[in-house]
Amino acid sequence: MSAAQVTLRGVTKIFPAAAGGEPVRALGPIDIEIRRGEFFAVVGPSGCGKSTLLELIAGLTAPTQGEIEFEGRPIKENVPDGVGVVFQEDACFTWLNVRENVEFGLRQKNIGPEEKARRATAVIDMMGLRDFARSYPAQLSGGMRQRVCIARTIVAEPRLILLDEPFGALDQQTRLLMGDEMLRLWRETGATIFLITHALDEAAMLADRIVVMSARPGKAIDLVETGWPRDRDSRIVERESFGAITSRLWKTLREESMKTMGRASSGA
Amino acid sequence: MNKVRLYQFAVIAGFILLLEALCLAGVIDKITMTPPHIIVRDFVRMILAGRYFGEIGKSLANVLLAFASAYVVGVVTGTILHGYKTARDILDPLFATYYAIPVFAFYPLFIVIFGLGDGPQVLIGFLLAVVAVIVTTLNGLDRVPLVLKKSARVNGLSPLQTALRITLPYCAPSLLTAAKLALAYAFIGVIGSEFIMARSGMGYEISYAYTNFDNATMYPLILLILLLSIAANSLLSHWEAVLLARRGQK
Repeated sequence: MSAAQVTLRGVTKIFPAAAGGEPVRALGPIDIEIRRGEFFAVVGPSGCGKSTLLELIAGLTAPTQGEIEFEGRPIKENVPDGVGVVFQEDACFTWLNVRENVEFGLRQKNIGPEEKARRATAVIDMMGLRDFARSYPAQLSGGMRQRVCIARTIVAEPRLILLDEPFGALDQQTRLLMGDEMLRLWRETGATIFLITHALDEAAMLADRIVVMSARPGKAIDLVETGWPRDRDSRIVERESFGAITSRLWKTLREESMKTMGRASSGA
Repeated sequence: MNKVRLYQFAVIAGFILLLEALCLAGVIDKITMTPPHIIVRDFVRMILAGRYFGEIGKSLANVLLAFASAYVVGVVTGTILHGYKTARDILDPLFATYYAIPVFAFYPLFIVIFGLGDGPQVLIGFLLAVVAVIVTTLNGLDRVPLVLKKSARVNGLSPLQTALRITLPYCAPSLLTAAKLALAYAFIGVIGSEFIMARSGMGYEISYAYTNFDNATMYPLILLILLLSIAANSLLSHWEAVLLARRGQK
């Protein structure tokens, strides 16, 4: 359970200069190890390169310097087999119904139609979408649509699930419920989860370990172990240590956020 | 029938009744135009007698050929161009000024090259339609959210699979708009060419009837073209409305 599944060593991302501007150092150097089967969260001030970090691990973009490995193999601008991503934006395919959306996650897999249907049905049930299998995304609420995207990702049975602020567009109540769902999925699938979020309580509630990133260029400035049992849900917020974890996160993050705000005001 | 539909129907019916009245009162003389009810009567007679079916079939086949070739070439070209920014930047001024070029002016040249057969007519229809399809396809593809393209990569799709399974299905409403434009331009191109220099086809027959003051042929043929064009356009519009409704965009 504790072997490193993802390793980042000296990873830096510099975006080339736009016309007339200077190159933007978005991230790093950063070193992170994500253990197999853990729930790992990243928090950081706006614009610190959290999403860039996720895209690097997903193989959607290549690092300028450094190395990233997934299960011992380098990731280079190709999404490795066994990695699934859920984005913050609505990524439902509006022209397909819920079942077709979910089955899409299996299109590239070399499995027969019956097995595809069976796996899609199982995931649709697991995500509480059974009554909406024939509905189109336009007929669903924001939370339901995000469930469809999560279902499309987990149906392929990824060993690593990357979540880029997946509940960012949802209301607080739905966020808490979705958090519970994610914990349940995490336990049932046994996959590693890498969560990017700006919500400290969300990170503190869900994760085994939390990395706090600095203001741009994002670096890992703190690593917090929550010590939660694997069998947990949102009621964990009632524990005393939850407040202590959130306070520690906020203390570190507050200084970094002030830096970002200071930079913004001096630049204005 | 809702209110808007009722008013739309009333406007068209009112226009036809006005024409009827003007024709019957002699304000529009008989040589210029026959009253609408006579046009309808002649139209029904023409259809029942099967007159001009060969001409109609030939014109429609050419329209269909011009439409289908322009549509396929346009969508494929638009999709490829969308991936090559430099090529698109080079061609953009051509697309922007394309409809300032009088394609019909090249008709004599096409006849010299391709002869007096159907080739030049289909080519004119194709040339009129193809750029509208390319531009509409490009506009549709521009609106595909980045997150869908990322989803394609996460699902391991190749560029061709991404186009066929994600980006083109996403912009299906734009592609239907492109089809409507292409069909209209194909009709204009083919029927228009037949007017000018062809020896057969609906456009030629209308032109021939016009020269011979044969209103009993000319107006029913014009009515037929109108009905066919409107029917095809309505079908595509209906399909577009179904797609948009399913996506919650209407």
